[in-house]
Amino acid sequence: MENLAATVDATGKSCPMPVLMTAKTAKTLNAGDVFLVMATDSGARSDIPAWASQTGNELLESAEEGNVLKFYIRKK
Amino acid sequence: MSDAVPEPEQESMTIIAFSGDLDKLWPTMILSSTAAATGMNVTVFFTFWGLFPLVREDVKHIGKDKLTRAMSQFNPPGFQRAHLSKLKFGGMGNKMMRQVASNEGLLPPEELFEMCQELDVNMWPCQMTMDLMGITPDMMVPGLGEPVGAATALQRMAKSEISLFI
Repeated sequence: MENLAATVDATGKSCPMPVLMTAKTAKTLNAGDVFLVMATDSGARSDIPAWASQTGNELLESAEEGNVLKFYIRKK
Repeated sequence: MSDAVPEPEQESMTIIAFSGDLDKLWPTMILSSTAAATGMNVTVFFTFWGLFPLVREDVKHIGKDKLTRAMSQFNPPGFQRAHLSKLKFGGMGNKMMRQVASNEGLLPPEELFEMCQELDVNMWPCQMTMDLMGITPDMMVPGLGEPVGAATALQRMAKSEISLFI
């Protein structure tokens, strides 16, 4: 994965925090920046892609490492 | 998602927050903050029992006469003392629910309310409820919109893709 502009660590946080933290960080980034979101809330599996689709940000890749969900997103 | 996708118009959600119950305020705050984080224009209209969470917790007496003061005894101000709609256990249910939520990393509703304010969710107090219960603007938490009436709330709902009554 190319250089990350930011990492959102939402591990241990419940819905809706992963989405809120993701949105908050996305606001601070520039268009085209790629950032990583990490979450352990299983709701994030569908919530982060839903957030990306709703806001027009591009979900580049999602992965699962142990119980940590990882999402690489390109800021619109 | 490519650059060719046209910019969608901003969607709106309006919630009528009617209940002062903890387990109804919670989803109201979760949905509002999430919708705002997703780029929606969100308005919450706080009415009837739902207005009491917006009253500052240090306000000792709510009401304009004996009757409204008596009713307010059962509606403590602020989010902290809001009761559950079920499993009350003489007030213990509230503490148990908060403990369970905290264990799971779920923010309490008062903190989600602050997130909502950061995310520019419009918080509209119901003018009619304020008049009815003797609640004045100086009793309420900062950062709220101007008190409005039913027609304004309805106008807003008519323009919202999502309207909820919680």
